Amino acid sequence: MKRLSRRSWLQVAGLGSLAGGTTRIASRSVGAQEEGDNVPQRPHQMGAVGRVSTESFDPSVFLRTWNFSDLTQVERRRFYRETPRKDGTMLREYELFSVDREVEIAPGVFFPAWTYNGQVPGPTLRATEGDRIRVNFLNQGSHPHTIHFHGWHPPEVDGSLPEHEVRPGERFVYEFDAEPFGVHLYHCHATPLRRHIHKGLYGTFIIDPKEVDGMVHREPADELVMVMNAFDTNFDAENEVYAVNTVAHHHMHDPIRVRVGQLVRIYLVNLTEFDLINSIHMHGMFFDVMRTGTQLKPSETTDTLMLCQGERAVIETKFRYPGEFMFHAHQSEFAELGWMGLFSAEEHRRDS
Amino acid sequence: MTAEIQKSTGRLWLIALTPLVLLGALLVVIVQTWPGNAIGVSQHPPVEELSFSTAKLRPNEILITVFNDGPDTVTIGQIQVDDAYWAFTSDVGTTLSHLQSARLTIPYPWVEGEQHTVRVVTSTGATFDHEISVAVETPRPDLRYFLAFTLIGTYVGVIPVALGLLWFPLVARLGRTGLAFLLSLTVGLLLFLMVDAGQEGLEMALVVPESYQGVMLFGFGVFGAYLGLELLGGWLRGKRQATATSGWTLALLVAIGIGLHNFGEGLAIGAAFALGEAGLGTLLIVGFTLHNTTEGLAIVAPLARDRAKISELVKLGVVGGAPTIAGAWLGGLVYSPLWAVMFLGIGVGAIAQVVVQILRQVVPDGPVMRFLSTAPALSGLSVGFVLMYATGMLVG
Repeated sequence: MKRLSRRSWLQVAGLGSLAGGTTRIASRSVGAQEEGDNVPQRPHQMGAVGRVSTESFDPSVFLRTWNFSDLTQVERRRFYRETPRKDGTMLREYELFSVDREVEIAPGVFFPAWTYNGQVPGPTLRATEGDRIRVNFLNQGSHPHTIHFHGWHPPEVDGSLPEHEVRPGERFVYEFDAEPFGVHLYHCHATPLRRHIHKGLYGTFIIDPKEVDGMVHREPADELVMVMNAFDTNFDAENEVYAVNTVAHHHMHDPIRVRVGQLVRIYLVNLTEFDLINSIHMHGMFFDVMRTGTQLKPSETTDTLMLCQGERAVIETKFRYPGEFMFHAHQSEFAELGWMGLFSAEEHRRDS
Repeated sequence: MTAEIQKSTGRLWLIALTPLVLLGALLVVIVQTWPGNAIGVSQHPPVEELSFSTAKLRPNEILITVFNDGPDTVTIGQIQVDDAYWAFTSDVGTTLSHLQSARLTIPYPWVEGEQHTVRVVTSTGATFDHEISVAVETPRPDLRYFLAFTLIGTYVGVIPVALGLLWFPLVARLGRTGLAFLLSLTVGLLLFLMVDAGQEGLEMALVVPESYQGVMLFGFGVFGAYLGLELLGGWLRGKRQATATSGWTLALLVAIGIGLHNFGEGLAIGAAFALGEAGLGTLLIVGFTLHNTTEGLAIVAPLARDRAKISELVKLGVVGGAPTIAGAWLGGLVYSPLWAVMFLGIGVGAIAQVVVQILRQVVPDGPVMRFLSTAPALSGLSVGFVLMYATGMLVG
């Protein structure tokens, strides 16, 4: 029998446990948000209520965007320029800046993020093996930041030591050759590292294998960039929101449209802070895994892949059946806290 | 002459109102100029506070009432139940201004007998948790529910007090020493109850939202009840035209004090049952029943030198015991910790006043401490304490 003292009994009776009212200082004030109340629900009642505004960041667009391909030609030139070089490679120049910005990570929930170019994850950079990368970085944030790329590069552009820190208002140019091919990442390496990463300073860096004798090593495919990330909104070193590409449950409402029979290639990166690992599980299918994307042959075929922070993989699959297929972290908790979505596979129409 | 009076009255009004008008003007100036801006106060992050006032469980549904007791507006972003985002609706929208409440309906397949945690995630990502320690469907307030509370109130309040009153014939035959012993015993019982209620009241005062200033309410209850009963005692004495406080008046005051205390106890019992937290409360009911029998004794003790009619005893029994039923009803139907704080405070004040009354009667002019340190009084006090302590162990 549960032991209850008279006092504790009265406390229980007196809603002692109702003392939820802990004072806390919340983040920067949020502007007026038009939140629809009593949003009608789909039959499954699990999931965030409402929709996140996609005005400044649309996860569905982010999926298939690299080198600022979502911008108009004129706009794009401000952030990305490519110049062919004599040896057939390319000089790729990027304008990246860090800026403090509040981002909506679940409907009605705002996170005071530190971002690259105002978005979390930062813009996806994509080059071909051997290209020259030149990133002009301007720190418009309130703290010193850096950009630390994974890949071959000399130490002075590593962006990791105290002397590498770019102070607010200052600039730095990161220049190196794109090697090796694979799916990589970049992130801020200023200290405290944990904070600079979990606040949102990270992005994907894809290096495609070089064409040899006109042969492209990777088959053409419907390519998707997925960054597994999470947010600690109440600063208790535990995440309140999980997602791929920041917005909780976004693809539950807006499924990722794919074609039956077409090769789908996912560039998957884990940048989840606080939790040791993250994972992806895809329903109703198996997929090939090329860890770090540095090999062209799959190392395993599975339906569940686990990655620690900083690990990444290229995943390839073909949808066999039309319809909706769930994908999510196979840590149920992460899934129910936002890291869950749907693919919608459609039959290939010959006339289209 | 009349004009002169009017003139001076007018001046008095002017004097009375001038500071208030100036205060109003000052408030306008503060709001207009916002001096906080000068030190960047307006740039500070909002202070978000949210407390949970009720939680009810219906089949496949959790109903919670949240209350914004912080200075700033709080916007509810999402709701998590057991670390999963979940659908919810709110009766007044998701933005709560200072002191505003919202009733949230969460369609959740909760599991009977298990623990669930409801977490409100605000627009800034702040989180506020409420734990439902044992999930049991909240009883609906129907007739059966009503009768159940009446029964519990009767067991815990009315019957024990009535049983205690049955000692009256015995009390009436006591000698001087015996009476001193008995009255001291009563004082011992009452002091125990006072400390007990005081502790519970203050503990609960810390639980209620800060804006309600629970400790202040508790203090107000204590002093209000004490002085109110002084007033009532004086009025009763005047009515009976007795020179000294008669046994009847004192007994009535003791009954009122105990009744107020029992009301608070009833509130807590009702709330516990309503929240499904006291499913295993049979032993608790037995404990309270034994515990409260001593209260009947406390009521009849002052009547030792009077001749009391049965009808008067019944009246005293009702005054002392019946509030438990009312408390149980109220606690079960519309419980809020605020009420508990208020009534526990009132109970403490009432008991304190009763103790003073009894001592005044026993020692009209001698020093109280000398009386209390005599053998009969001291043993009475001790026995009273031991009785309460021992029966209290049944409850705790």
